[in-house]
Amino acid sequence: MPRSVWLAAAAGLALGLAVQPAGAHAVLDHASPAVGSSLPASPPTLSIWFSENLEPAFSRVTVTNRMGQRVDLDDARVQAAQPKVLQIGLKPLPPGAYVVHWRVVSVDTHPTQGNFTFVVSGR
Amino acid sequence: MAHGFAGDRFFPATLLTDDPFVADEISLPTVRWNPTGPDGSREFDIEGDLAKRITPDLGFTIGDQWQRLKVPGGGATGIGTLDTGLQYQLFVNAPHEAIGLVNLGVSWGHTGRVAALGADDFTTISPGFNFGKGFGDLPNSVPYLRPLAVTGNLGFDFPAKSHSAGSPNATSLNYGAAIEYSLPYLQSAVTDIGLRPPFNRLIPVVEFAFSSPIDNIGLGQTTTGTIQPGIIWAGQYFQIGAEAIIPATRATGHGIGGVVQLHLYLDDLLPKSLGRPISQWAQ
Repeated sequence: MPRSVWLAAAAGLALGLAVQPAGAHAVLDHASPAVGSSLPASPPTLSIWFSENLEPAFSRVTVTNRMGQRVDLDDARVQAAQPKVLQIGLKPLPPGAYVVHWRVVSVDTHPTQGNFTFVVSGR
Repeated sequence: MAHGFAGDRFFPATLLTDDPFVADEISLPTVRWNPTGPDGSREFDIEGDLAKRITPDLGFTIGDQWQRLKVPGGGATGIGTLDTGLQYQLFVNAPHEAIGLVNLGVSWGHTGRVAALGADDFTTISPGFNFGKGFGDLPNSVPYLRPLAVTGNLGFDFPAKSHSAGSPNATSLNYGAAIEYSLPYLQSAVTDIGLRPPFNRLIPVVEFAFSSPIDNIGLGQTTTGTIQPGIIWAGQYFQIGAEAIIPATRATGHGIGGVVQLHLYLDDLLPKSLGRPISQWAQ
């Protein structure tokens, strides 16, 4: 391919990147309790760290037990000081497996979702 | 949607197998060293490909390549055949991480160096179906299989001209697949094994693709194909892939080649302009 074509393509892309604020899909970076982890006791909260800043109004998380009953406090929040962290309070959890369902929208409006489990062993 | 998401699953753009999703993405460049051909030729390509959504479910692709061909006793360089495609996102099943797309590709005759490089002197119409399936819906009793995913494609090449230089242009069946093991999926949906950057974004992959002549078959025309093991690193704004190219049939060639690709996610890099479907540019 002629060098001029490559240069024009690279220049166009570079110009586009320079004038546009980039955003991206928010993906789960890590969580507490950790994905797939086993805890000796019930944690007071669940926190998920994402790769991008979140839109608080469109970011949700729920925690359910094996029967599908919610065990969270329905107070999911993204704090202004930590725009990449989605947090929710938890009821006291008896030993068992719990499923976390999250669905978030990053600040550039891309939606993503996911599920993971953690276990409270009670010992 | 765009980008290769189906529910919890992210499908990266694969280097050999056609992707099962419409997207706003650009591969620039894809650099390929092909294995030695059966006639002793060596080919080196630098490709550029653009995928662009027209509406959220309808998109087009366009791509071309600069080629350097070395044959015993000579060689040539120049532009290859121009490829375009129209794609429609047939379905996305989030709970089962399944995704499907139909496409109509066209390789345009006389758009490359026909005599020197062997580019096509005829147009080829290529309808096809591309699919993807993640295995995140497997039971928790087999947790380490859940990061697995498969993408694949099935299609045909219909040449618009029956013969070129006295040889028949065969109608071909094309089929291929990519088997992926997503470490990002393992980390975010199965169990956090403590991988940190850059390893938490690696997706080992094995791809294969074959083309078998099924009609108007000339002397010596037979199935060709390659197997390509490699790895893809998928970041927030771009991905980098590298694969070995291993000929899968004698007619394909011998030795080992390689391919590396820089693939940019335009919907993440330019979310308010070029990265949006054209139908939404005025909004």
